[in-house]
Amino acid sequence: MPIDSLDNILKKGVTAVQNYAVLAGQALTNLFRRPLYLADMITQADSIGIGSLPIVILTGFFTGGVLALQSNSSLSQFGATAITGQLVSLSMVKELGPVLTSLMVSGRNASGMASELGSMMVTEQIDAMRALGTDPVKKLVTPRLFATVFTLFFLTIISDAVGTLGGAFVAVGLLRLSGSQYFHSAYQVLQFADVVQGLVKPVVFGFIIATIGCFYGMNTRGGTQGVGRSTTQAVVVSSVLIIAVDFVISQFMIGVFGR
Amino acid sequence: MATAPQAEAERAPETPGEPVIIFEDVSIGFDGKPVLSHISFTVSRGETRLLLGPAGGGKSVLLKLTNGLLLPDSGRITVFGEVVNDLPQKRLFELRRRIGMVFQEGALFDSLTVRDNVAYQLVEEHVPEEEATKRVIEALRFVELEQTLDKFPSELSGGMRRRVAIARAIVSRPDLILYDSPTGGLDPITSTLIIELVMKQRDVYHTTSVVVTHRLQDAFVLASHTFDREQNQMVPIPEGQTDSRTSFLVLNEGRLIFDGSTEDLVHSDDPFLKEYLT
Repeated sequence: MPIDSLDNILKKGVTAVQNYAVLAGQALTNLFRRPLYLADMITQADSIGIGSLPIVILTGFFTGGVLALQSNSSLSQFGATAITGQLVSLSMVKELGPVLTSLMVSGRNASGMASELGSMMVTEQIDAMRALGTDPVKKLVTPRLFATVFTLFFLTIISDAVGTLGGAFVAVGLLRLSGSQYFHSAYQVLQFADVVQGLVKPVVFGFIIATIGCFYGMNTRGGTQGVGRSTTQAVVVSSVLIIAVDFVISQFMIGVFGR
Repeated sequence: MATAPQAEAERAPETPGEPVIIFEDVSIGFDGKPVLSHISFTVSRGETRLLLGPAGGGKSVLLKLTNGLLLPDSGRITVFGEVVNDLPQKRLFELRRRIGMVFQEGALFDSLTVRDNVAYQLVEEHVPEEEATKRVIEALRFVELEQTLDKFPSELSGGMRRRVAIARAIVSRPDLILYDSPTGGLDPITSTLIIELVMKQRDVYHTTSVVVTHRLQDAFVLASHTFDREQNQMVPIPEGQTDSRTSFLVLNEGRLIFDGSTEDLVHSDDPFLKEYLT
């Protein structure tokens, strides 16, 4: 296989970013243009939201539990085990809830979108859709974008709550801490800025998951092997982007709210 | 073969001879390699153009250029009086609704039933359900597959899938149909059945069409036969004659090397054509 020259690699990279920006822009603006495929949006919300619920609950519960375990072992050295609830709830709401939920949803749904649209692409179903007078971005991408952003927001809230409960289960059940003290400190420490930070992230991450998944799907070439490649790339790129963008959002929010 | 409904048969061309497709010096390439170079031809209303050429010669690309699925690097493509390369997306989607396309492998939506596949465009156009169902059954009856309404494409044979694709392309009563190798990969009996359907569409509905094929036999059957509505099957045109509305285009290595009638093609002195036809 011939090796691309550096300028060709750069050109391909810039073109890919440009195509991604166009696709994401179209998918977003289509939300305000008719026809709006409401039935497709509901179907996708069911598939992405309800379908991801079990893994989000399990991940949230065990993350909260392990947070309580780890923080307790450190805090006990200073006699500060009473603030275990604070640590668990702050970590879950600001960081681990949004990031881990998004990574789980990315693994499950960015891959699903890339493989589904990729298969449609290599079997000319997307071309057939365009030939039948339907805009595939409007019909396939916009409903997935809406469904992912909408459901990820609520999945994150569920993950935060279940994570805090998981922490409580460990704190009370295994570490013999006071349940009321755990919940009281967990609730008291949360401020408006923390909640806003925790709820802005899933909206941005949902956008990343859907647009990256659909972008790789819609740009699939090369038969079944190409579908596999797109699926892998969609998960890798969306996961890395989620973590990188998390850093940027956290830095920005700390700058705005001071915590 | 089922008889076509009378009302449909009366959809005669409005202005025979008026150009439907005009290619003017069209070129396109991928990754720096030219695929089509300086292609110019015209397809008139009611005409059927048979596009021949070796595999990989750019035939499917030419069809995709016609309905704007691909845009040319240079040149101008006019379809129904609208310049395809200048049309905004919205207008392009509206234009495509007047064009039916049968893809190489059918390209049926594999998660939808035959009924939903054929009804797809009607649903998009908000045709009332009762009317849509009537037209879906009519289109499936045309391809003799009305019994497969609730089946999924994966439950059908290759030939049946191709026939459903034809039903999907004709259900909206298009003014132009593009067939991309409708018989590719099919056995001779099924191929003949598909060619008979293409012929029926040509002779009963008088729909303008471009048929891509690399099977010479199919092309010559289309040129030398006509669909007889009385007998409900194709019959040969008397010896020495061919269908006057059917003519040929031949592509080779991205260039249009022939544009003319069946007689001109058969009697061509071009060495490539002579070799290709034998």
